[in-house]
Amino acid sequence: MPKVGRLAVTIALLAAVAGGLAFAGVSLTSQPTTVDYTSLPGQPVNVTMETVGAYGHGIHQTWVSYMTRSPDGQWLHTTIWQVPAHTRVNVTIYQYDSGSPLRNQQIGMVQGTIGGVATLNGKTIRVINANAGNGVGHTFSMPSLGINVPLSGNNPNANLCSAAPCTTSSPHNIIKFSFISPGPGTYPWQCFVPCALGFLYGNGGPMQTVGWMDGFMKVVG
Amino acid sequence: MADAGGSNAVSEPGSGDATHHWWRIIGLWVVLSAIADPLFYYLAGPHIPPGTMSNTADGAQFDFNILIVAALPVILAVWIYMAYAIINWRASRNGPEPVGGPKARSNIPIQATWIGFTTVLVLFLFGFGTYELVQPGGAGGGEGPSPIWTPASHSVLPIQVIGQQWKWTYRYPTYGGFETTDLVVPDNTAVAFHVTSLDVVHDFWVYQLGVKADANPGQDNVAFTTPQQLGSFVVRCDELCGLWHGAMFDYGKVVTPAQFQSWATTTERQLAANTKYLPPFAWTYTPDANGADGGYYPDNVDPYSPVLTYGAKQPGEPLPKT
Repeated sequence: MPKVGRLAVTIALLAAVAGGLAFAGVSLTSQPTTVDYTSLPGQPVNVTMETVGAYGHGIHQTWVSYMTRSPDGQWLHTTIWQVPAHTRVNVTIYQYDSGSPLRNQQIGMVQGTIGGVATLNGKTIRVINANAGNGVGHTFSMPSLGINVPLSGNNPNANLCSAAPCTTSSPHNIIKFSFISPGPGTYPWQCFVPCALGFLYGNGGPMQTVGWMDGFMKVVG
Repeated sequence: MADAGGSNAVSEPGSGDATHHWWRIIGLWVVLSAIADPLFYYLAGPHIPPGTMSNTADGAQFDFNILIVAALPVILAVWIYMAYAIINWRASRNGPEPVGGPKARSNIPIQATWIGFTTVLVLFLFGFGTYELVQPGGAGGGEGPSPIWTPASHSVLPIQVIGQQWKWTYRYPTYGGFETTDLVVPDNTAVAFHVTSLDVVHDFWVYQLGVKADANPGQDNVAFTTPQQLGSFVVRCDELCGLWHGAMFDYGKVVTPAQFQSWATTTERQLAANTKYLPPFAWTYTPDANGADGGYYPDNVDPYSPVLTYGAKQPGEPLPKT
């Protein structure tokens, strides 16, 4: 091969390696937006989220996902939020997905919230029997704080929302609960229902990805 | 043995006129070993992990200490010889270059001594380790669904440990089969952890109790221990199991039998509203592999009976004779 050819091949290989490294670097360091709820210290924080059976956009259109509404009312595809320490956090979740019996009914119980309760469409609940009705679609769970709230499923035969963000014109359940944020730190939260359709045991894809069915609560002092 | 000094064979080891070197080395070794071993065993030994919170942890600590007591003389032998050789047989600044020779290639007595000594040591460790594994109660490791070695005590509290991405839950079959995220065990009571998983492979590691057992889906992996100190302990997953493997830990505690009885009956009552929706207790559960959701189903127990399947309703009752 002539010198020019060898040089071209070398440059092409170097460019490919550099591109791969850059892609890996960006992929490994990027994460979803953090929604900041710390602008009013001392005041209760109102976190609003929704769950949708299929995100409906991008390369993972069919992935199930959480969404978070920012304080200015915009729905963001993120599961990371920041709250002040030792503050009451009021969580509202619009659940737009269907449900099923739980693999482990232990997560059908409300735990770790103020009063050990949540409300489902305005009605106080402590336990959901996942084997009845529309079952449970997802959970909001923060194991390090002992928080677990089952999110009741919607009728799978209804015209469910299929692309985020959903609007309340689609069938949904509204689940509300509150807890007190702990001291500063980063606390992971997740859905415990293996809801990743198409993945073995329902545990792959969105169940293993921050920004979808896993998130962080960053608590600042 | 190397003729490290290379200077007229006046003092290299192995030569007839250098026997005094060997007696010095052996003497130093014997004295330092006789000092180091008891020093370690009695001063550092009680603080060696994993402590003495249970009989299995105690056993593991004892095993580690014996291994270190056996290893210390070996370490000292190497270090003393090296130090002695460097001091006595090093090349002098203006002396001749070190050269090889017959002694650099072979020294049968030394080789035989070294091989014989290490062979005896390794055979001892093999025998000691085997005995420690097979003694009643085992070593706190998972022994599969049919343990070969069971606790000397015949009153055993069964606790089912269920792993899932990413937390542990615990079912107490002798208390109505309630399932909780709290692991509470009574002091001075033999406990059988029945470890299983609902999804991928996890590993139930209770460091302070000296218990470590894989949690495999569809498998009942049994590990025994008997707590012997009150206090709290950490439960970790020790098998890389997904995104938040690192967050898959919680805390348990050892309480008095009376406190345990009170906690268990209270918790059984508090969780009754959810326990009635749990699947019947079984040693393993088969998750629905068809993708999203799906319940879990007990394997091979219909219906579950603590008496029939385990033989004890409450801690303290004897297991059926086999």
